[in-house]
Amino acid sequence: MNTTSQPLIRAVNLVKYFPVRLGAYGEKKAVVHAVDNISFEIQAGETLGLVGESGCGKSTAGFTYLQLHRPTSGKCYFKDTDLTALSEKELRPYRRKIQIIFQDPYSTLNPRMTIGTALAEPILAHKLATKGTVTERVISLLNDVGLSEKALNRYPHEFSGGQRQRICIARALACEPEFIVCDEPISALDVSIQAQIINLLQDLQEKYNLTYLFIAHDLSVVKHICNRVGVMYLGRMAEMGTKEQIFAEPKHPYTRALLSAVPVPNPHIEKTRKRQVLGGDVPSAIEPPGGCHFHPRCPIAVDRCKTEPPEWRQMDDRRWVACHEV
Amino acid sequence: MGEILLDVNDLKTRFRSRGSLVHAVNGVSFHLKRGETLGVVGESGCGKTVTMLSLLRLLPPAAQVESGSALFEEQDLLKMNFRQIQKVRGGKIGLIFQDPMTSFNPVLTIGDQVGESLIYHRHASKEVALERAIELLRLVGISDPEQRVKDYPHQFSGGMRQRAMIAMALACEPELIIADEPTTALDVTIQAQIVELVKDLRDRLGVAIIWITHDLSLVAGLADRIMVMYAGTVVEEATAEELFDDPRHPYTLGLLSALPAFQAEKNVRRLASIPGSPPDLRKQPTSCPFFPRCSFALERCQSELPALQPVAAGKNSSHRMACFVDTRERSAAA
Repeated sequence: MNTTSQPLIRAVNLVKYFPVRLGAYGEKKAVVHAVDNISFEIQAGETLGLVGESGCGKSTAGFTYLQLHRPTSGKCYFKDTDLTALSEKELRPYRRKIQIIFQDPYSTLNPRMTIGTALAEPILAHKLATKGTVTERVISLLNDVGLSEKALNRYPHEFSGGQRQRICIARALACEPEFIVCDEPISALDVSIQAQIINLLQDLQEKYNLTYLFIAHDLSVVKHICNRVGVMYLGRMAEMGTKEQIFAEPKHPYTRALLSAVPVPNPHIEKTRKRQVLGGDVPSAIEPPGGCHFHPRCPIAVDRCKTEPPEWRQMDDRRWVACHEV
Repeated sequence: MGEILLDVNDLKTRFRSRGSLVHAVNGVSFHLKRGETLGVVGESGCGKTVTMLSLLRLLPPAAQVESGSALFEEQDLLKMNFRQIQKVRGGKIGLIFQDPMTSFNPVLTIGDQVGESLIYHRHASKEVALERAIELLRLVGISDPEQRVKDYPHQFSGGMRQRAMIAMALACEPELIIADEPTTALDVTIQAQIVELVKDLRDRLGVAIIWITHDLSLVAGLADRIMVMYAGTVVEEATAEELFDDPRHPYTLGLLSALPAFQAEKNVRRLASIPGSPPDLRKQPTSCPFFPRCSFALERCQSELPALQPVAAGKNSSHRMACFVDTRERSAAA
């Protein structure tokens, strides 16, 4: 991986606010600050992990990059093209190149479509094959994800969760994408099946030189699959760095707390180690705390943190952090 | 510790489903000592929840306990009449469910619900129950409990509701708390809070805990003993240390090597995964339920059901497993 080359994916100062109405009659207007000024780059063939607690905006960040939500402001570059400036029609050729795998394989497949039809649909829509040749392509996709061609005429309910996730992966691969957003692709699966899907995603990445944005709340999975990791808290990026940097020497107090909260599968260590447990809950994204969003739960907060939002600073080549005290 | 609190023997539970029988629990036996923490680990559908619901006779109408016994303080839970079992539920045994969002009654205040079991079991007055509810909420770390008892469940966050549920389970000073995936719906930082809280309460109150989870790493630091279940049977049982240092059953070995965290130190590129998926429980098991996915399987595994037996004969250890193969010997040979 060459760090000086142009990144495949680049998001610059991405912001997404959702207007909501509150109160029993919707009489109060408010804004959810789902994604609040985040930037990231991903090189071709690389995997960037986004971690954080639920509601921190990691999925919204992925959706916004894909233009599934149009961003409130900011730019999303795919190679040289700014996707935010394109109309839906102009976007269509790019949709082929950027795909997504969702968390829940149960609700993302149409129950009335056979697997064959579901997989052929995007291929035909993008005119990548004709009606005559599409079946061949679908079979090769199914083989890629470890299913046999017997699946062609079957319906989603005939498959288990792990198999359905394989089908969703096949569908994401159908148009030969370069970039895939994996939005918690294994969270809904059992432990023994999770490992199968992780291995599959890694194999496919090698085979087709795919680039992933891997969104997850499970830090150990991220540690296994990602090259670089971004930690998000309440819509903002807290820290970003290579996997080794984040896991071996976390700088941001939130990253440290998050890592400390993950249970270690070793009773000798786990029964003696002192954990740094964060108090309280994640505040509401409607009225996030002023200054640094993390200050009410932060063990090292100073007065300055209450008023002044920390700057997103580059510490060295690949490492960024947003904290006054680091 | 020492005295046996709960002794379950050969429990079998069946579900009627579209004219066929689902063998959800197939002869589960285990025991629990006073003040002990038992972790029950397995994938979804392995019967861990149904086992515990069978004990408290909270099964849905389609399910039935077919055989077995469950002695709790020398009395068989499975033979009690309705009034007797009602006394145990919420009295001697407290329950914590997975989903704190749906387990509360939305139209009653938190204080009413935490104090309810005191009114029912201890015939306490409303005032006493409310006072005790405040005390319990303080115990589980909810700030300003005098005000919060008047709140309704929707005013609590997920972590706080789970705390309130723990307070509810503790209300009648139970001997045993059964926690069914209590942290699965919560974020890691909140999960860490709840685990620390439960550990602290256990040490202070000396209550025994059965903690059901699918996450092996979670019970590593929490449980004294761990029981691994697969397809309605217990496949391995050992102290937490023994299970992680010296796992024996092929399924436990598979589960551990599928954990990214467990593999992290070894820096492997690929995770070992267990091929296939769990078996269909509609058939009466006649062979080892794990054999189609097992890399150690012998011919014998296809025709016989292995019993849960001590790993080393004569050795004074609680390490038991249900497998014909000595996986340690076989891995060493390979």
